[in-house]
Amino acid sequence: MNWHGVKAIYRFEMARTFRTLMQSLASPVISTSLYFVVFGTAIGGRVGEIDGVSYGAFIIPGLIMLSLLSESISNASFGIYMPKWSGTIYEVLSAPVSYIEVLLGYVGAAATKSVLIGLLILGTARIFVPYEIAHPVWMTVFLLLTSITFSLFGFIIGLWADDFQKLQVIPLMVVTPLTFLGGAFYSIDMLSPTWQKIALFNPVVYLISGFRWSFYGISDVDVGISAAAIGGFLVVCLGAVWWIFKTGWKLKA
Amino acid sequence: MTQRPIIQIERLSKTYDGGFQALKSVDLEIREGEIFALLGPNGAGKSTLINIVCGIVTPTDGRVLADGHDIQKDFRAAREKIGLVPQELLTDAFETVWATTRFSRGLFGKKHDAAYLEEVLRDLSLWEKKDAKIMQLSGGMKRRVLIAKALSHEPRILFLDEPSAGVDVELRHGMWQMVRKLRDRGVTIILTTHYIEEAEEMADRIGVISEGRLVVVEDKDVLMKKLGKKQLELNLRAPLGAVPDALADLPLELTGDGKTLVYTFDTQTEETGIADLLRRLGDHGVDFTDLHSKESSLEEIFVRLIHESKRSEPEPAESTAPKGAR
Repeated sequence: MNWHGVKAIYRFEMARTFRTLMQSLASPVISTSLYFVVFGTAIGGRVGEIDGVSYGAFIIPGLIMLSLLSESISNASFGIYMPKWSGTIYEVLSAPVSYIEVLLGYVGAAATKSVLIGLLILGTARIFVPYEIAHPVWMTVFLLLTSITFSLFGFIIGLWADDFQKLQVIPLMVVTPLTFLGGAFYSIDMLSPTWQKIALFNPVVYLISGFRWSFYGISDVDVGISAAAIGGFLVVCLGAVWWIFKTGWKLKA
Repeated sequence: MTQRPIIQIERLSKTYDGGFQALKSVDLEIREGEIFALLGPNGAGKSTLINIVCGIVTPTDGRVLADGHDIQKDFRAAREKIGLVPQELLTDAFETVWATTRFSRGLFGKKHDAAYLEEVLRDLSLWEKKDAKIMQLSGGMKRRVLIAKALSHEPRILFLDEPSAGVDVELRHGMWQMVRKLRDRGVTIILTTHYIEEAEEMADRIGVISEGRLVVVEDKDVLMKKLGKKQLELNLRAPLGAVPDALADLPLELTGDGKTLVYTFDTQTEETGIADLLRRLGDHGVDFTDLHSKESSLEEIFVRLIHESKRSEPEPAESTAPKGAR
């Protein structure tokens, strides 16, 4: 293993994060705070409790997931897309690094950043609403798995995209709607039976449900299914990356 | 200089997805410690060749050994030995010179070594700029940053893809000096260029590549003799039916319906014979209105070399319109 190579890529990516501190860390925290103000405090007061949890506290896991998904994808996809776009990828391609090492560097850095953002939001939420975490270990597992999986997914998008529009289209057209409809702001139980069934086809439902369970012990679907769903998606992403690297698709002529 | 090949290229071919055949079964050996110039017009396959050896392009056929290591099967060992300076100024605009150089060293699997990196940057007159963002640097400095990156992991083989592209004359000479210094330290250097002048100035050996084929590989001195033809064209006042018998011993040719007399001479020799030619023309009453000399353009030379390599018999000198390349 070329650990120096992994470290170099990881450091490079983290440096990029801290260079754009406002954009990378402050902006998700500010936007999430706004959600808390609007939904948690202003509207939440009128909604009352869901499954015995105040609305403000109820939306915390969903909001963290919302940021985690979009930040993981955008950070990882930009991380690999930018060198492709600027041409500096030549150096990585000509270096004695294996694909696994490239992946560890880029996806590792993107996932690290997502976890940081997740924890920051968790801290910020404390200012607005009291909450407790019933299963901290599971909470950490979901946080890590989601960050890694969606960073991996973002990495694939970054490899696939050959213009800025493609880079944005999946996060904007697929991931954001699925997240909003995935129960970040409501429980699936609140939907009509037909919509409940449709919602079960939305993979984000399992993520948010599992993550919320780790906080409050309440969930829309069984936590085992949630864990299996995120694990399954991780395997799918790993398989896709393995295929991409094996064939050199979009990377090498 | 030892004669051990540090790079062995065997039957290397590359056909791109679009069907374009960039390399056609190229065989080449680069000797350790030499400066090798790959000379050829744009699109001849120079960059493809370099990019394959460096791992950026996958070959369709053939194999490459770098210091005895197969570049595909044993890519780590092979790539550790190689540094690449790309043709275009591909840099991370927001990074500092120091950070980007340090990144390159790590990427190539070497432990951070501040003292060595300082030495590299000082050698390239970049030390004062080490904390500057790359976007603040001039084009010439950016190219030196790319060289610093390529040298950051102490490679034994350095590829310079068109090192003079977009570099002014003064910087070009600085670049040449630096390349020689590297060679003196034992680094093998392979550069591509479409300037004959550059190949002549720098290289120990020259390979001429055209349309994906390696046409000639020769020691520079031998090749320069072949390439160094110059022509003197005389526009005659009255057309001639044939070259006068009395001048038959000279390398003369009639073109343009007998109105132009072309004299081909060797630039490598001290005595071009022009003074003698003009005197004898006067003696025999051959009057001319104008004269000018020109070097064969690179394209003409390539055409000639390709013909020569195909038939191994000399072609008559081409005399088409002069082109800018020299």
